[in-house]
Amino acid sequence: MSRALYDLIGLAAGVCFILALKGLSHPKTARRGNLIGAVGATVATLVVFAYKAPLHNLGWILGAMAVGALIGVPAARKVQMTQMPQLVALFNGVGGGAAALVAIVEYQALGADATTAEVIFTVFTVVVGCVSFSGSVITFLKLQELMTTRPVVFPGGRFVIAATLAAVLGVSGWVVVALGTTPLLVLAALSLLFGILFVLPVGGADVPIVISLLNAFTGLTVAASGYVLNSTLLIIAGTLVGASGTILTRLMAEAMGRSLFGTLFGAFTAKPQDTSAAGEERPVRSGSPDDVAILLNYARRVVIVPGFGLAVAQAQHTVRELADLMISKSIDVAYGIHPVAGRMPGHMNVLLAEANVPYDQLAEMDEVNPTFGQTDVAIVIGANDVVNPAAQTTPGCPIYGMPILEVSNAANVIFLKRSMRPGFAGIENELLYDPKTMLLFGDAKASLTKVVSALKAL
Amino acid sequence: MDAMAIVSIFVLAVFVGFEVVSKVSSTLHTPLMSGANAIHGVILVGAIIVCSHSETTLELILSVLAIVLATINMIGGFVVTDRMLEMFKGNKKGADK
Repeated sequence: MSRALYDLIGLAAGVCFILALKGLSHPKTARRGNLIGAVGATVATLVVFAYKAPLHNLGWILGAMAVGALIGVPAARKVQMTQMPQLVALFNGVGGGAAALVAIVEYQALGADATTAEVIFTVFTVVVGCVSFSGSVITFLKLQELMTTRPVVFPGGRFVIAATLAAVLGVSGWVVVALGTTPLLVLAALSLLFGILFVLPVGGADVPIVISLLNAFTGLTVAASGYVLNSTLLIIAGTLVGASGTILTRLMAEAMGRSLFGTLFGAFTAKPQDTSAAGEERPVRSGSPDDVAILLNYARRVVIVPGFGLAVAQAQHTVRELADLMISKSIDVAYGIHPVAGRMPGHMNVLLAEANVPYDQLAEMDEVNPTFGQTDVAIVIGANDVVNPAAQTTPGCPIYGMPILEVSNAANVIFLKRSMRPGFAGIENELLYDPKTMLLFGDAKASLTKVVSALKAL
Repeated sequence: MDAMAIVSIFVLAVFVGFEVVSKVSSTLHTPLMSGANAIHGVILVGAIIVCSHSETTLELILSVLAIVLATINMIGGFVVTDRMLEMFKGNKKGADK
């Protein structure tokens, strides 16, 4: 195959990726967009075999691809929708790791022939790829709750990070000047360490923003390795992901009312939270499923605010049953969806769509907030941070400035909670102690089932 | 490829990347992130190229590992994105925001 044909097919794959991102930006075309992207990636992979034929190490290559497919496909198929954010983080991390490895091997192969520009791009790929890899692993551990979801800050932490960053930059310079594999491997190790230190201080609720940022990083490493490998396709694909990922990160940060800077460095600049209030025993009003059913039966308008707890309890179908029952009683029902309900922006929409909740019942935050004044009952199921008034009233708390669903304007608020444990961001919610709030403790699914049967009996 | 051509490709791709996602609703942030994530799995192409000219055992080990990781990224990424988007089907009413 001629170089020109190879490049043309690569360009076609690049166009596929543009169409894929374009398609993914609209609900109607999203699925098709993703398929177009998959076609582009498949074509790009197959054409390498044709162009470089006969390939050395063909057996190894095919075997490695088979192993990758055997790991990736079942993981993607079997993952529960609630655990999807961490899977996306892992997939992103391994991509960054792959880019770093490619750069290291290519550097070995180039040896003394490498131009300064190639060495600089190699260094960039190794540093950012390794940061993306280890950072993604930490975000995975946080989301899977294998480690604390709170910001991890240790004394002198910021100096350690600054020192590590300085070391990374120093060794980068060393690689460019001295050349050689050893400095490059030292650089990889330092970058892995930096990735860990960089993500540790990020609080749980901000993790999705970091995943998105690392995703953009990985895109840029792919573009940089495209330069070293002389592949237009990799440059186009990587740059597209880098640019769109940056925009997406900013959009997400805006939806959460956070500045990107605040997300990444917030744990260092903010004062430690005063958690003393959490220890106090304060009276709350708890109710029975029957109390909740009676309240709902005489309501005219009910807004359901689903949170991650709903999904963890697998209660999406039960909540839809409750909504259908209320609608049959001529009660006006809407779901108030916070942009970051769940673990990632749009995650809750996916979870409810899985339970066949009609799209037109899902109201976005800006739509639903003005209606809480006319709402008789707001039912908050397994959500906490997204309705916490502290975001508006307590400057300095980790979620301050995040737009919230203003359920406190509703005539009654019902919280379905497992316990008084605070939400993912670890902040006390004053609304729980409000006189118009009723708490229904227990597993969301079990509680909802009881409410449904109590409501049927009325 | 000369440097100017590469810089041109890079700059144009940046603007295309900015443009295509600038007006996306928050509903689609997660699938879009996941889809973009799958696209950078195309580093698999690079992994295959470096593996095909690996000479030493170390190079071979590292590049085989790179292929495994890149394949997970690419195939897994597209499959999980498709699973997510599959759930939006049939709910197209009012979806065009």
